[in-house]
Amino acid sequence: MAHRHNDRAWRTGVALLIAVTLLAAGIAAAKDPEARAQAIAAQLRCPVCQNESVADSPSELAAQMRTLIRAKVAAGETDQQIVDYFVSKYGEWILLEPPRRGPLWIVWLAPAVALLGGAYLALSYVFRTARASGR
Amino acid sequence: MAVAPNMRSSWPRVWAGIAGAAGAAVLLLVLVFGLHRDPGAIPSPLIGRQAPEFVLPLFDGGTLATPALRGRVVVVNFWASWCVPACYEEAPHLQRIWDRYRDRGLTVVGVNIQDQDRLARDFIARFGLTFPNGVDRLGTISIDYGVYGVPETFLVDRKGRIVHKYAGAVTEEMLVSEIEPLLADADGASP
Repeated sequence: MAHRHNDRAWRTGVALLIAVTLLAAGIAAAKDPEARAQAIAAQLRCPVCQNESVADSPSELAAQMRTLIRAKVAAGETDQQIVDYFVSKYGEWILLEPPRRGPLWIVWLAPAVALLGGAYLALSYVFRTARASGR
Repeated sequence: MAVAPNMRSSWPRVWAGIAGAAGAAVLLLVLVFGLHRDPGAIPSPLIGRQAPEFVLPLFDGGTLATPALRGRVVVVNFWASWCVPACYEEAPHLQRIWDRYRDRGLTVVGVNIQDQDRLARDFIARFGLTFPNGVDRLGTISIDYGVYGVPETFLVDRKGRIVHKYAGAVTEEMLVSEIEPLLADADGASP
């Protein structure tokens, strides 16, 4: 009896998982053009602002860029093609997140390295003082 | 014999100290280097590339299509009437460049961006600008040129390549020094 009950719970779980996965896939596929344009604009740095994305900026240039992104989405360009277009015009400067490659990995890895180094220093200090007081 | 353990424990500390100092020195150098860079300067990736083509509706009617300018040296100037004082400073200089070189194979093109029609026309009348001037209403031309502010000026050679980008007001002297060799370039005259 216990075994059978377990089996049913297992099956229900799998069915639920499949349903959720399908639903998520459906939502992703149905992502409307406006949401896509918005997501692309959020990746781009507004050229006339200080650290503001094209999606967030009220400036006229950013508004024109959003219009252009919508037009490109409507014309069937992929997200990557649209981002690449802006990079080709403004350079990688326009990307709010630096690309993960080559020497640019430094900016992604440096915080983790600093955190680990700091943790090592802190722990070694704690152990040393603990050992000293224990002696 | 009491010295030995002491020696052993002090060496790693010395090396850690050296490594720490080296790390701090590198960080300091990076920061000093950063201080000497202009955070507002955006290097244009367009230099040396083919100038984007465009069709510009002109203020005095008609349109200007840039393929028609191939074989000429072109000065493309992005401006706005609210751009004070830089656009006001450079406007007479651009007009003088046009007067001086129009018969020698150079065209100045004014592209008005993010502006109002009446104010833009007032600006043109105020400086008596006679070179082709038009509106980039949707901003597609300025984005195609990677423009991030006004004024910005691009110098295009006879083969249609962008050879120079000026951010900020240009002067006649600045342009002349770049234009003369481009006009003298007989190689570029025969595409």
